[in-house]
This record gives sequence, C-alpha cells and structure tokens, in this order.
Amino acid sequence: MSKWYLGEGDHNDIVISTRIRLARNIADYPFPVRLDNKSKIEINEKIRDALKDKEKLNYTELKTLTRAEVVSLAERHIISPEFASNSDGRALLMSENEDISIMLCEEDHIRLQVMKSGLSLNEAYELANRIDEEINEKLEYAFDENLGYLTQCPTNLGTGMRASVMLHLPALTQKGQMGTLATTVSKLGLTLRGAYGEGGLAMGDLYQLSNQVSLGISEKAAVDNLKTITLQLAAQERTAREEMAKNIVTEDAVFRAYGILKSARILSTKEFMNLISKVRFGAVTGMIKTDLKVINELMVSMQPATINAFVGRTLSADERNVERAKIVREKI
Amino acid sequence: MLCQNCQKNEATTHIKRIINGETTQSHLCSDCAKSLGYDSAFSDFGFNFSDMLSSFFNDATATMLGGHTLRCEKCGSTFNDIVRSGKIGCADCYRTFYDKLMPSLERIHGRTVHEGKIPNGTEQLKTENEISKLQNELDEAVAAQNYEKAAQLRDRIKELESEGKVNE
Ligand SMILES: [Zn+2]
Ligand SMILES: [Zn+2]
Repeated sequence: MSKWYLGEGDHNDIVISTRIRLARNIADYPFPVRLDNKSKIEINEKIRDALKDKEKLNYTELKTLTRAEVVSLAERHIISPEFASNSDGRALLMSENEDISIMLCEEDHIRLQVMKSGLSLNEAYELANRIDEEINEKLEYAFDENLGYLTQCPTNLGTGMRASVMLHLPALTQKGQMGTLATTVSKLGLTLRGAYGEGGLAMGDLYQLSNQVSLGISEKAAVDNLKTITLQLAAQERTAREEMAKNIVTEDAVFRAYGILKSARILSTKEFMNLISKVRFGAVTGMIKTDLKVINELMVSMQPATINAFVGRTLSADERNVERAKIVREKI
Repeated sequence: MLCQNCQKNEATTHIKRIINGETTQSHLCSDCAKSLGYDSAFSDFGFNFSDMLSSFFNDATATMLGGHTLRCEKCGSTFNDIVRSGKIGCADCYRTFYDKLMPSLERIHGRTVHEGKIPNGTEQLKTENEISKLQNELDEAVAAQNYEKAAQLRDRIKELESEGKVNE
C-alpha cells in the first residue's frame, strides 16, 4: 500500500504535508508522569480495544521494535523524538499507510496524529475528529469546562490540538526572509521553525508552521488561521521562485545539484538535503522533468535511522552515506 | 548598556535567539525581558514549562505553597513536584492548584477559557445545568407573579428538554 507522502495534494509545489495532532487523557487515571508501567499498558490496551471494531490499526508495544525502527519512525515524523527516547510502557497504533498514528502514553495517554500530503487541513482534521469521537464513545476523557481537554503539559490545554503544515521554502530562504517571517507569524499565533535539523538550521529548506496556542481558540479558528497564513506564505514563495527561476545562476545550481545526486557515491544527510531542495525547486518550476512524488519520498526517508531500517541493520556513518547515495541514484 | 526596550534600566538579560538560521541579539532589563515573554520560551513543542514555573516560584515559595498540606488528593503531587518536573500529575491537580497555575496558563495561551470541541456527554450535562438554572428562575418569576417571564422560561425549558431527547 502506498504511504501517505506518495500522494500529491493541494499546493504541493510548496506544502509537502499536513499534520493534525490531538492530545487526550482518559478520565480517572493520572497522567503518564504519575503512572507505573503496568497501568500504562492497561490504558494502552483500553484505547486499542476502543478502536478495535472502528479503525484498521496495528498495535505495537514500542519495546518490541528495534532501536533503528523506533528512530526511523521519529525521523519520518510518525512519532515524536520524545516518544522514541523511552520505550517503557509505550505503544503505538498505526494504520497501514502510516497516515494515522496514535502514540499511547507519551506525554499524554493519547497523542493522535493524522498526516496528509499537500495542504489538506480540513480533511486531516475530520479524520482526527472521527477517531477522537470513536475513542470517546467508549472511554471518558479528562475535561474541564474552563480549561478544555486536560493535558499533562499546560501548553496543550483547551482543544489539545496542534495543526501544522510542512513547507518547502527554498526561495524565501535564499532571500534571507525566514527570520522576519518567523517573527511575523508568531504575532499571528503561529510558530515557524525548521522541520529537520537543530539549532535553527532548516535542512532542505523544510519548515514546520503550526498553531501556537490551544486554549481559548476553537479547532476551526486555529485551522482557518493556519490555512490563511499558509496560503500567504505560499504566494510569497511563488513570487520569489519566479524571480529566482529566471536567473541562470539558479538554473546552474539546480542542474549541478541534479548531476551530483544522479552520480555521487557518498552523500551525507546534510549535503543530500541541501541538494534535493534545489532539485525540488527545479522540478516544481519546470526546469527538470522528474517526479515530485519521488522527491518528496526521498526528502522524508533519507535520514540516518530510516536508511538503517531500510537496509535492515545498523550502518556506520560512512556506510550510510554510501548507501544513501546508492538509493538516491536508483530513485532519481 | 541600556535596555533596548525601555532605554532606562541597565540591560541584564542578553538573549541570543537563532530563528531559522538567523541570529538575533537582544539586550534587555529583567523587567522588560519578563514582560516580553523571553523567560517563557516562545516555541510550541520545545517549550519548557518547568523553567517557566520556576521563574514564577522559587523553591522556597513552592515549598511553602505546596509543602505542608496542599497535595493533590488523587495522585499525591505537591505543587513543588509540578514546578520541578514541569508536568501536571493528573486532572485533579488542575483543580487543586488552579489559582497557582492560572498566571502561567494566562501567559502561555493569552486566554483561559476553552473554546471549541467538548467531549461526548458534556453537551447533555450542560443542557441539564441550563435547565436547572432556568427552573430556578422560573420559580422566582412565579413567586414574583411575573407570568409573562414565567411563560417564556417555561417555553425555553421545554425546548431544551426536547433537544435533549433528540440527542439520546
Ligand atoms: Zn527595560
Ligand atoms: Zn493530581
């Protein structure tokens, strides 16, 4: 079955994917910080059973997975790095094509996530909402009329929702506008940060734009706000791309990147992300005839542990860079 | 160096932020740093609630507030536990420590009253609350011989009751 990111979706020249996350806790149980492993597993199984006849999801106790498999799930943004960091008492419910994943006993009893390709906020929210209701038909949630859905960390109170989109913004990055844009969107209740990479570095010019607060703003208002700002950023990026695409220097950089990806024998994550960003730019502006689906898949699957998982064993960094170059040559 | 914000006090807080690869430096006095929210980390997922709470309550006050008697009856957390871990112990903790948590909730979200979806069953509960409130008003209206108002209230109660039935 094809994974969610192999689809196309609206505005896919800029929006790689859409993600909705809902945080929920079951009433009458303390939050995970105050639970022993036995109670955590009890809760995990209750949630699994609540959805058994409703959704086709695979239930996996995290400790039955190898380290590489767990980290790979985190690299593909199916689970959070926090969830990957400790397997005790944690389980995952996941659909076959990975568009639905539910982290059990992460920071909250339930962290439900729905991913869609392209800009698909309403569709993603509707699916998340459906699953939320299915769970709630069987299990009572911790809820307060003033504070909304109660969560272990107060930052998620209220709707418990984080809506986000992953954006490819090579032209705005090139123009040095990301700092200013991050400041602007933060005033509009959103957060913009690098999707891959640490310390403010945005590998592959990929960014995550998400709603900042969850208390006092409805799901619909938060989603609408995110959508409006996304479309504005997309329009700015398109204008900047048009301008850049006319430049022979840009065209040269795109074809050089394409050439290296097609022939290199060693590729580090950083170099790869840098080059694939240029190739993606070339593909969406029509310079290069290549399949956007392949590029999108490569962008989210060439991180270190995902390559290990793909090969089926833990590789050294050098071996991995060779393996990465090989996979990229075959696919691009 | 003077504070960049108020241009009055000596800048004691120097904040280096790297946003999407661009480094920005701010030099602020401690009052401005607080009021601009620099001690409450702006990001969403990387947010450190513990740091924020610690900035409100030093260990001594946290112990004083939570140390002697105040302990969540359900999970046993003291307020000190929450400050130290940055994690709320259970749903009841929110009730137990509501007043103490409120300033930081306000700071995080700007607002403190939930809007949006509510769980199954809550709607019915709300309707029931509304009906009992109207019933009280109705009793008062009848006692005050305000029959016009009483009739209005009676209609509204009937309406709510029938809505409740449809939902069942
Ligand atoms: Zn100042
Ligand atoms: Zn508690």
